[in-house]
Amino acid sequence: MRYIVRVEVSLKPGHSDPEGETTREALLELNYPVDSVRVGKVYEILLEASSINDAQVKVEEMCRRLLANPVKDDYRYEIKEASNE
Amino acid sequence: MRREEIRVCIVRVGGTNCDAETKRSFEDLGVKAFVYHFNEVSQGIDLLDYHILVFPGGFAYGDYVRAGVIFAKNVMARMGKKIIRFVDEGKPILGICNGFQMLVESGLLPGINGVSEHPEAALATNIPIGYRCKWVYLRHENNGKCVFTRLIPKGRVLRIPISHAEGRFLLPRDREKEILNKLLENDQIVLRYCSENGEYAEGRYPDNPNGSFHDIAGICNPEGTVFGLMPHPERAYYGWQLPDWTRIGKPPRYGDGKMIFESVVQYVMRKF
Repeated sequence: MRYIVRVEVSLKPGHSDPEGETTREALLELNYPVDSVRVGKVYEILLEASSINDAQVKVEEMCRRLLANPVKDDYRYEIKEASNE
Repeated sequence: MRREEIRVCIVRVGGTNCDAETKRSFEDLGVKAFVYHFNEVSQGIDLLDYHILVFPGGFAYGDYVRAGVIFAKNVMARMGKKIIRFVDEGKPILGICNGFQMLVESGLLPGINGVSEHPEAALATNIPIGYRCKWVYLRHENNGKCVFTRLIPKGRVLRIPISHAEGRFLLPRDREKEILNKLLENDQIVLRYCSENGEYAEGRYPDNPNGSFHDIAGICNPEGTVFGLMPHPERAYYGWQLPDWTRIGKPPRYGDGKMIFESVVQYVMRKF
């Protein structure tokens, strides 16, 4: 089976986000009343796996081994069956 | 062993850009230094024929995902066992800037309980934000564990440039104190950002140029043989690389970076 995985990696709460802060200041310059901006990364992954559980095990590993650094990053993901094209 | 028998392996991939200066610094000391692509190191040469391994500065794999992480995972996946054997033999590994990020992401540093499966520290986006290329002052903090700084007296202030956007040294927030104490206990802290007079930056910009925790600029593993630092000693090797060398009368022959290269060469001469 093929699965479409959307992984979102973001800074843990409480960690400084200089990129987010700079973006917030720019949005304020444009007159938007923005209180806070947090910047993260999104990975869209097309994955081969035997079941949705197998896909989840693999994605969990990918996040821990490469996509997130547990010292500063949180991650979350959604897994969907890829439609047959 | 004799100086001219020492062989240094400098590994590059797409995006590495400080390999030539690093090679030249080692060669000036009379040792043999070779630059190899990572594919040659993992499939061609035998790493164990070399005495010093260097991951130089640059932007390996475009700094994608996080600076240094793709290089780190590729190296550990293809030749992790050999790297660990290299370390176990007491052979030194140096990571400069992007190489330091790589050593942290690979789990080789800080390596408090040996090589860790997941990183135990991070080099996060600079605060204030931005790519920063400037000369900084560093205070040598090591009590003799680190084989790359044994020729440098403790407390000595070095002037070496940085050049990075992600150099803010971080530990897990909930265990910051505990891990810092462990690093101190193991003599793993090597360089801290300071003022020209050697006062600790205490987190204050510009002496601390990136917001690093505890002003940390460089650390080593508990054995002192794996060393990573954000500043570029190869850019402070010769006196003529100093920013004010035309204004200070007769410039010194060498800059402060030389002592780092000379220390590790002397360690290898004595050890092997």
